[in-house]
Amino acid sequence: MKIKHFISLEWKQFFRSASLGKSLAIKIFMGFMAVYFMVSFLALGVALFPILKKAFPEQDPFTVVNTFVFFWILGDLIMRFFFQKLPVMSVKPLLTQKVKRNSIVHYILGKSALSFFNILPLFAIVPFGLTLIFKDYNALTVVVWMITMFIIALIINFLNFIIESVSAESELSFLPLIVITGTLFGLNYFEVISFSSIVSDGIIAITNNPLLVIIPIGILIGLYLYNFKLLKHKLYLDASLKSKTQEVKTSDLAWTRKFGDVAPFMQLDLKLLWRNKRPRSTVFILIIGVLYGLFFYPNPAFQDKEFLFAFIGIFVTGIFLINFGQFIPAWDSGYYKMLMSQNIKYEDYLKSKYVLMTTSVIILVIITIPYVYFGWKILIAHFAAAIYNIGVNTYVILLAGSFNRKKIDLNQRAAFNYQGTGAVQWLLGIPLMLFPIAIFSIFNFAISFEAGIIALVVCGVVGIVLHKKLMTSITKKYITSKYAMISAFDQDN
Amino acid sequence: MIISNDLSKTYGSNTVLKINNLDIPKGQSFGLVGNNGAGKTTYFSLLLDLIQPTTGYITNNNIRVHESEDWKPFTSAFIDESFLIGYLTAEEYFYFIGELRGQNKADVDALVAQFADFFHGEILNQKKYLRDLSKGNQKKAGIVAALIGNPEVIILDEPFANLDPTTQIRLKGIIKDLAEKQGVTVLISSHDLLHVTDVCERIVVLEKGEIVKDLITSEATLKELEAHFAASETL
Repeated sequence: MKIKHFISLEWKQFFRSASLGKSLAIKIFMGFMAVYFMVSFLALGVALFPILKKAFPEQDPFTVVNTFVFFWILGDLIMRFFFQKLPVMSVKPLLTQKVKRNSIVHYILGKSALSFFNILPLFAIVPFGLTLIFKDYNALTVVVWMITMFIIALIINFLNFIIESVSAESELSFLPLIVITGTLFGLNYFEVISFSSIVSDGIIAITNNPLLVIIPIGILIGLYLYNFKLLKHKLYLDASLKSKTQEVKTSDLAWTRKFGDVAPFMQLDLKLLWRNKRPRSTVFILIIGVLYGLFFYPNPAFQDKEFLFAFIGIFVTGIFLINFGQFIPAWDSGYYKMLMSQNIKYEDYLKSKYVLMTTSVIILVIITIPYVYFGWKILIAHFAAAIYNIGVNTYVILLAGSFNRKKIDLNQRAAFNYQGTGAVQWLLGIPLMLFPIAIFSIFNFAISFEAGIIALVVCGVVGIVLHKKLMTSITKKYITSKYAMISAFDQDN
Repeated sequence: MIISNDLSKTYGSNTVLKINNLDIPKGQSFGLVGNNGAGKTTYFSLLLDLIQPTTGYITNNNIRVHESEDWKPFTSAFIDESFLIGYLTAEEYFYFIGELRGQNKADVDALVAQFADFFHGEILNQKKYLRDLSKGNQKKAGIVAALIGNPEVIILDEPFANLDPTTQIRLKGIIKDLAEKQGVTVLISSHDLLHVTDVCERIVVLEKGEIVKDLITSEATLKELEAHFAASETL
C-alpha cells in the first residue's frame, strides 16, 4: 500500500516539474547510455570465456575471473561514488503523516537495490555463467557463483551509500574514497596483502560449499541495517542542524574592488562558492581535473595521439568553467526575484561570472605547466585549449544558461541529498569538449599539429575580440527569458 | 506616483487581477487587504516587473515599469524570503544591497544603526548566515534591507506576518515615520485588519482580483472592514 503511494508521488513530482522538458531529454539520453552499456556488458559476458582461454591458456577461465572480482569491486565503488546517488524523496511532508518512518527508509533503500548499477553486472554474469554450464562445469556451482556475484553487486551498492554519507558529512568530498581504494589497490599491487586472491579464494570456497553463501548474505544484511540506521537518523528535521551552527568568518574581499562595477557580484560569487556545499564541490573537482592528464601522458601508447592533447587541454583548463558555468544563473535562483527587482545591470552580473570563469582557466593553465615534462607539444596544446576556453566556451556556457530553468536550492539540508553531483552534470560538458577536439583533429589530420593549434587559437581570439558584442547579445537573451526564469525558479523541484 | 491603468493579469482563462484605475499619490501609506487569492501578491509582482501584465500598464513616477528599468533606483521591496541571500550574514547582505543601490558601507551602517531597537539584538553581529536565522528574524533583515538607499517607493508584502508582537508595534512606527515625515510612498499588504488600519492612510480591498472598496482610513474603517470580511465569509 505505502509503496504504491510513494511511487505515485514520485511520478507526479517528475511529470509536474517545471523542468520536465530538460529532465525528459536527459532521461532519454541516459536511456541510450544504458542500452549502450547493457550491450557492452552482454558482449563482454559472451566473449569473456574465449578471451580468457586465449589470454591465459594455462589457467581455468573460471578461476581467472574470480581473481578479477577484487578489482571490479574497487572500480565499481569509484564509479558508483560519482554516478549513483541515493534516490531522493521529499520526506518532510510525510513525517507528520500516518506513515511509518521505517517504511520510508525501507522504500528508499529498496528502490536503490533496483538501481541500474546492480542490474548491469547481471548482463555479464549471466551469459558467462551459461557459457560455463555449456562447457560442462557443475551447474550447481555455477548457479551459486552467479548468486554470489549478484550479492556482491548489492554489497557494493550499500557500501557506496555508507561511503557517500560519511564523505558528505566530512566535507572532504571524494578524498577518503580515493585514499581507501588507492591503499587497498596498492597493498594488493605490491603484494603486501593479496586481496585479489583472498576474494577469489572466498568465492571458490562458497561455490564448493554453497552453505557458505550465508557469509556474503550476512555482510549484505549488516550493510543494509547500517544504512537503515544512518537514514532513519536523518529523518528528523533537526538531524542536520545539531552538528553545526557554523561560526561565520567574514572577510571583505577588498581586492575584488579592482574589477570595478563587477565587484559586488564577484564577492557574492566567491562567497557562494565557498559557503555552500554544492558549489564548493566544483572547487574540489579541480583536483581531479588538474591530475587528469596523468592518466594519459605517462603512457607511451598515447604519446603520438595528438588529439588527446587537445582534449585534455580543454578538460584540464576548463573543468571549473564547465562545472560552475553550466549552472549559471541557477546558482542564484534562490534570490533571483530580488536581483531582478534591484537596480542592477544585467551585463555586470554576467560579466562577473565571465571574469570568474576566465580567471579559473588562466590559473589552471598555469598550474598545469609542469605537464611540459611530457613534451612541448602538450604545453602548447594546453595553452591553445585555454585560449579556446576563454574565447568560445565561456560564451557558449553563458548563453546556454539563459535556457536554464531548474532551480538549485542552496539552503536545502534535505535528508539523503548527499552531494548533488551526478552523471547529468557532465552531459552538458560534452559539446563543450567535442567541438574543439573536432576542430583541432580536422586541422591536425589534414594539415599538421601546428595548424590544429592555430585553428583553436584563432577561434579563441575571435571570441575575445568580439567580447563586447557577444556579451551584449547574451545579455539580451537573458532579458528576454527573464519572466520565464523568475517563474521557474519560484517553483520547488 | 503610482498609476495603474486598465491593468489585468490572466492565466489561461482565469483572470487573477483586473484594476481599471488606481492612483497612489506620493507620500501615501497605502494598504492592500483581501483574502487569499485576491491578487495582492500578483499586483506587487506586476509593480516590480516580476511578471508581465496581460493588458494595461503601471507607471511608477511616470515610468512604465515593464518597458523601462528606470524605476528601479527609487523603488525597493521585500516580498518574501526569496529576496534574501541565505549564505550571507545580515551585515554582508545589507552591504551588498547598499552597493547595488549606490551606498557605501558608512551610509549603510548609519542607516542600519537606527534600527537597533527593531532588531532587538538578534540580527547584527550574530556571526550567523541569514539561512540560519528564524523566519521572523529573516523578515526583519529583509524589511530593513528594503529601506537602504533612500527609496521613494517601498513595497512590503505581508510585513507583519511571522513577527512577534513587540516587533510588529515597532514596525508600525517605522512605516508611519516613513510616510509622514520622509514622504515615502509605502505599499503594504496584510491579512491583519487592525495593523493596516493603524498604519495606512488609505486601504483598498481586493476581491477576486478586483477593487471592491477604496477607503480613506478613519475611526470607522476597521469596523467597516470587519463587517465586509464577515459578510463575504457567509457568501
